[in-house]
Amino acid sequence: MKTTWRLTLALMIALALTACQTTPKPEPVEPTSEPEPTPEVETAPAPDPHDFTDSRNFDNPESLLSKRVIYFDFDKSTVRPEYRGIVSAHAAYAAAHSSSRITLEGHADERGTREYNLGLAERRGNAVDGLMSAQGARGSQLVVVSYGEERPTCRVSDEDCWSLNRRVEVVYTAR
Amino acid sequence: MTVNENVKKLLIIIITLLAAQTAYAQLEIEIISGNPGALPIAIVPFQWQEAGPPPVASVDEIVSGDLYRSGLFKPMDAADMVERPVDEESIRFGTWRLLKVDYIVVGSVRTPTDGSGHELIYQLFDVHTQERLLSQVTTVGPGDLRFGAHRVADAIYKALTGVPGAFSTRIAYITATGLGPDQRYELVVADADGFGPQSVVGSPEPLLSPAWSPDGKKLAYVSFEKGNSAIYMQDVATGSRELISSGRGINGAPSFSPDGRKMALTLSKSGNPEIYVREMATGRLTQLTQHWAIDTEAVWSPDGRHIYFTSDRGGRPQIYRVAPAGGSPERVTLEGEYNARASIAPDGRRIAVAYGRGNEYRIAVWDIETERFTILTPGVLDESPSFAPNGSMVLYATREGNRGVLSAVSSDGSVRQRLILSEGDVREPAWSPVIR
Repeated sequence: MKTTWRLTLALMIALALTACQTTPKPEPVEPTSEPEPTPEVETAPAPDPHDFTDSRNFDNPESLLSKRVIYFDFDKSTVRPEYRGIVSAHAAYAAAHSSSRITLEGHADERGTREYNLGLAERRGNAVDGLMSAQGARGSQLVVVSYGEERPTCRVSDEDCWSLNRRVEVVYTAR
Repeated sequence: MTVNENVKKLLIIIITLLAAQTAYAQLEIEIISGNPGALPIAIVPFQWQEAGPPPVASVDEIVSGDLYRSGLFKPMDAADMVERPVDEESIRFGTWRLLKVDYIVVGSVRTPTDGSGHELIYQLFDVHTQERLLSQVTTVGPGDLRFGAHRVADAIYKALTGVPGAFSTRIAYITATGLGPDQRYELVVADADGFGPQSVVGSPEPLLSPAWSPDGKKLAYVSFEKGNSAIYMQDVATGSRELISSGRGINGAPSFSPDGRKMALTLSKSGNPEIYVREMATGRLTQLTQHWAIDTEAVWSPDGRHIYFTSDRGGRPQIYRVAPAGGSPERVTLEGEYNARASIAPDGRRIAVAYGRGNEYRIAVWDIETERFTILTPGVLDESPSFAPNGSMVLYATREGNRGVLSAVSSDGSVRQRLILSEGDVREPAWSPVIR
């Protein structure tokens, strides 16, 4: 049962990570019938989701900076085109914040042997590291750690689960 | 060592001792497919001649269990034995021919003349020819009666098959229980029959790749307790351990040389996983492979002349070998899409591997002379093969439903057994060397 719940949660996270447009929220309407200008709402202006140097975008679901997981094809360590935007976003942040530190955690699905999968997962971490370094992140800011197949997010022996485990997680140890 | 390291060390010893007191679910062993040619044998209950009470698990039960699990024998149920001879004179061979057994073992257990331990006196006969095949006394220290019974099984196995037994050996394996914050990994050592599991080390972070030293006293393993993979070597009896490698990148796949003086291991500090050889006395490292590929899972051949390893330098993982002093690796497995994690048979002529095809992984044995594969298991997620020290069986990890379990298969694939741990996920088995 727990496994199903975790799988559902993982799938929900996966869906949330796919870029999707959200409709703008409607403004609150005044209860009076007289046409009055809507009152000023006391919140700071929302950050530009494309400003990847703005740390507020870590929690902004409209920004690529809030996406922390990159998924991979079976037996592959090349970063797919649809994930390059996420990598670039974090590279831009790292380039702008020289004291930020990032651990790139590499993972593999359960198929194959454990030690070989440590190598495969590290290759994935290295691939993200390479792209980020080419886009302004400094080597001293990035560390690749491989967990192989040892830290799965789900434990079902099928492709739906395997595809969620083939990943690199971008973890900020300092922002 | 810093104060912190000392405190940690002490804590680990305390935790290990505490864990050893905990009641552990035992491995249950069940034959899945049997051998119709199994030899019918009667292990007659040994006469108990010691002053104290006999043990709960009798010698004959342990011997019968060992021989049964080898898949080559069909021991008779003691309940069906109409007579209980204890020596040659008291055997009526006619009775046993009628009971359709080919071999009979009789014996007794007594206290040695110096007053401590146990003496197992036993004889093996061919029922049809009435020829005495074995007459032996095995002496063990106090508390080692089970070990003595396993030695008896070893001797019977050797007398009837020509191959030394591997019943008085041990196995190591990793268990994983719980989920999330409750997750717990243990490195466990048990007798080869699953009796008496003891936790060697426990951690909330993953443990993998246990490897026995050739004297059976130490286990090297990989632990993520520091947040990254690190290699430790631990004395099984005392619990004291040494950090072998914890550099940046992967620290993995430790494997002792046959003389115990060196260890092969995998480090990716140079940018990609390579095989290194570490001289244990000095800590000096020599890099053995130099290639952009993943080179890992090194194991020594029993004669020490080769190190076999997994490499994907040809595209996908295959087994290669290289001389420990260095040189150009040569490819060993010439067929198949994915071959990894070799275990070398004691005769050095066969290697067991995780053999992948599409999504299915099985255990297969590659014969180095004939250059052919024999597939031993049905799969579909089989891995971590480990040869018994007599080459007769291969222990491996497989999945059953949602759970990892261990299985053992005879080296010709004809007999398979499942070893079930009552809870949790079992993986990464390693069969110990023979301990004298």
